[in-house]
Amino acid sequence: MSTVLVLLDHADTGALRGSVLELATVARDLAGDGGAVHGLWVGDEPLDPALPVLGRHGVSVVHAATTGAADPRLTPVLAEVLVDAVTASGATVLLALSTFENKEAVARFAVATGAGVVTDAAAVERDAEGRVVAAKTVLAGTWTTRCAVLTDPAVVLVKAGAVPAREVDADAPALPAVSAREVAVSERATRARVVERTAEEPTDRPDLAAADTVVVGGRGTEGDFTALEALADVLGAAVGATRVATDEGWIGHEAQIGQTGVTVSPRLYIGAGVSGAVHHRGGMQASGTVVAINSDPEAPVFEIADYGIVGDLFVVLPQLTEALRAR
Amino acid sequence: MSPTAGAGNVPGVRIVVCVKHVPDIQSDRALGADGRLVRDGGDGTINEVDENAVEAAVVLAEQVGEAEVVVVTVGPDDAEDAARRALQLGADAAVHVLDDDVAGSDAFGTAAVLAAAVRRLGADVPVDLVVTGMAGLDGLTSLVPGALAALLDLPQLTLAADVALADGEITVRRDLDHATEVLSAPLPALVSVSDRANEPRYPNFQRIMAARKKPVETLTLADLGVDPATVGAAGARTAVVEAAPRPPRTDRVLVSDDGQAGARLAAWLVERDLVRPAAPPTGEVL
Ligand SMILES: Cc1cc2nc3c(=O)[nH]c(=O)nc-3n(C[C@H](O)[C@H](O)[C@H](O)COP(=O)(O)OP(=O)(O)OC[C@H]3O[C@@H](n4cnc5c(N)ncnc54)[C@H](O)[C@@H]3O)c2cc1C
Ligand SMILES: Nc1ncnc2c1ncn2[C@@H]1O[C@H](COP(=O)(O)O)[C@@H](O)[C@H]1O
Repeated sequence: MSTVLVLLDHADTGALRGSVLELATVARDLAGDGGAVHGLWVGDEPLDPALPVLGRHGVSVVHAATTGAADPRLTPVLAEVLVDAVTASGATVLLALSTFENKEAVARFAVATGAGVVTDAAAVERDAEGRVVAAKTVLAGTWTTRCAVLTDPAVVLVKAGAVPAREVDADAPALPAVSAREVAVSERATRARVVERTAEEPTDRPDLAAADTVVVGGRGTEGDFTALEALADVLGAAVGATRVATDEGWIGHEAQIGQTGVTVSPRLYIGAGVSGAVHHRGGMQASGTVVAINSDPEAPVFEIADYGIVGDLFVVLPQLTEALRAR
Repeated sequence: MSPTAGAGNVPGVRIVVCVKHVPDIQSDRALGADGRLVRDGGDGTINEVDENAVEAAVVLAEQVGEAEVVVVTVGPDDAEDAARRALQLGADAAVHVLDDDVAGSDAFGTAAVLAAAVRRLGADVPVDLVVTGMAGLDGLTSLVPGALAALLDLPQLTLAADVALADGEITVRRDLDHATEVLSAPLPALVSVSDRANEPRYPNFQRIMAARKKPVETLTLADLGVDPATVGAAGARTAVVEAAPRPPRTDRVLVSDDGQAGARLAAWLVERDLVRPAAPPTGEVL
C-alpha cells in the first residue's frame, strides 16, 4: 500500500502520450490495495481534456505544476519539479516513460534525493519483501535481468508498450482531483537555455517505441521507402530505419532504431535492406517475431531472424503487401 | 607536450572528457552470477560514443588554439586502454581512477567518482568544459551525464549532434524523440555528445607514437577523498537479482525468393496471428 507517482508526458499541444496510460496500469499494481496513483502534469498546456481518461485509468490526484518563467522542457527544471511533486504526494515510487529527456531528469532527481533508478524497464513488480523490481533486457537484447531498487523513493523508467493499459472496473470512475502549484525553480536549473525548438510534425502512424508492428528500412531501400510505407499501411505499423537511412536523410532521425536511437520490442519486426549490424540489433533484438528480407544470404540479420527471405525487397515487399491486402 | 591552457593569463580552454571502458559489443558479452558484466578475455574497448566525445573536445581545442584536453576514466586495470585510445585520438593527458572499491558502482557511484576527479583537476587549473558520451553502450542507461552535471553544478547540454563554442558560450543542437532543439549556456558547462556529432579521426602511426609520451596518472578513491562506502557495490542503489541469457530463437526459417516468397510470408504471418487489423494511432490519445 503506497502512493505511486506517474509523470504524465504530453505533446506541446497538450495531448497525453498514449503510453502514459500503460504506466498508470503498472502504477496501480505497485500501489496495491488501499494505495493511490497520482499523476504529475508539468507545464501550462490544458490539462482538462486528459482528466477523464486519467480517471478511467485509476489516477486519483493530478499534481499540475507550473514553473513561472522557467522552461519546464529543460530537464534540470523538470528534475526540480519531480523533487517537489514526490514530496507533495508522499510517493514512494516514481514512474515515467523511458525517454532520453526523462533519463536526464531522473538522474538529477536521484542526485537530489538519493533515489535508485532503473531505466528501460519492460516490466515492474514488487517482490516478496515489497521491493520494487524491474525486468529489462541488456547487452543488445541478448540477456534479461531483474533489478531491485534498494531506495525509497524508487524510480523506474518504463519502456512504451511494456504492458497493455487497463481501465479500472468501475461504472463511473471519478475524475482525478487537481492540485495546482507553482514550483519555484532555482537559478542553476535554467543556466542552459532553449534557443530554438522545432516540434516534430505529428503523423498518423503509431509511436515507433510503442508500436505492435514495426517495418524497418535500411540502405538497401536506396532511399525509396514507398514499398515499406505501403506495407506499414496494411499492417497499421510504425516505420523505422537504420542509422544509414536516417543519416542519408531518407527519413527523420526519430525513426532510427538501435543503440543510439529508439529501442523497440514489437510483436512483429520486419526489416528490409537492413544488414543487422550489432548497433541496430541492440535496439530491436528483444522483438517478438523478427522477419528479414535481404539480398545477401550472409547478412548478419539472418542470424536473429525467425523468418528470413534472401531476395530483393522491391519484389518481396509489394507481393507481401498485396497478399495481405487481398486477405 | 600539452599546452597548459587557462593557466596564468593565457586565455585558453580546459576540457575534461569522460571515457568508459566497456566489453566490445562485437564480442559475446555475458553477465556473471553477481549480475555484473564479465570483464575478462581482453575483449574490452573504449565505449564507441566516447570516441565522438574525444573528437568533439579535440576539435574544439583545435579551434580555440590554446586548449588542453584531459581524459578521465573510472574502471579496473584494463580501463587504462580506453584512456590510451583517447590519447591516440588527440587528448593531451589522462587520469585513471583505479580502486577495488569502485567495482559494482551504479551510475551514481560512477558519477560521484568522476565528479571528484574533475574537481581535483579543476583545483590546479579551472575546467571550462566536461564532455561525455550520450550513453555507455553496455548498459545504455545515460544517467551519468545528468548526474555528473548536477554534482558539479554545471549547466548540461546533452545528446549533442553538433557542438559549437564562441565567446565563452557553448551551443549544441540535439535531436529528441519529438523535437529538435538548440541549447546554449555560458562556460563552464557539461556536454554529452551523440554518435552523430562527428566522425572520430583514425589513430595513425604518428598519433600512436605521440600518445606514448603522454602522461596517464593513476588515482585511488583516497587520493580523491571519496568515501568508499558511498560508491561501488556498497553504495549502489539498485541490485541485479537475476540475470539470464535470452533463449535462442528456435524454428527459424530461411528461404530464397523463388518468385513466391512474399505471398508465402503473408500466409506464415497470418497463420501465427501476427497480422492485426490496422489499429488506430496510439501515439497520442484524446
Ligand atoms: C557508435 C555507433 C552507433 C550506431 N548506432 C546505430 C543505431 O542506433 N542504429 C543503426 O541502425 N545503426 C547504428 N550504427 C551504424 C551501424 O553500425 C550500421 O552501419 C548500420 O546499422 C547499417 O545500416 P544498414 O543495415 O541500413 O546498411 P548496410 O549495413 O549497408 O546494409 C544494407 C543491406 O541491404 C541489403 N540490400 C541491398 N539492396 C537490397 C535489395 N534490393 N533488397 C534487399 N536487400 C538489399 C544489403 O545486402 C545489405 O545487407 C551505429 C554505428 C556506430 C559506430
Ligand atoms: N566508468 C566511467 N568512466 C568514465 N566515464 C564514464 C564512466 N561511465 C560512464 N561514463 C561517461 O558517461 C557517459 C554515459 O554513460 P552511462 O550513463 O553509463 O550510459 C559515457 O559515454 C561516458 O562518457
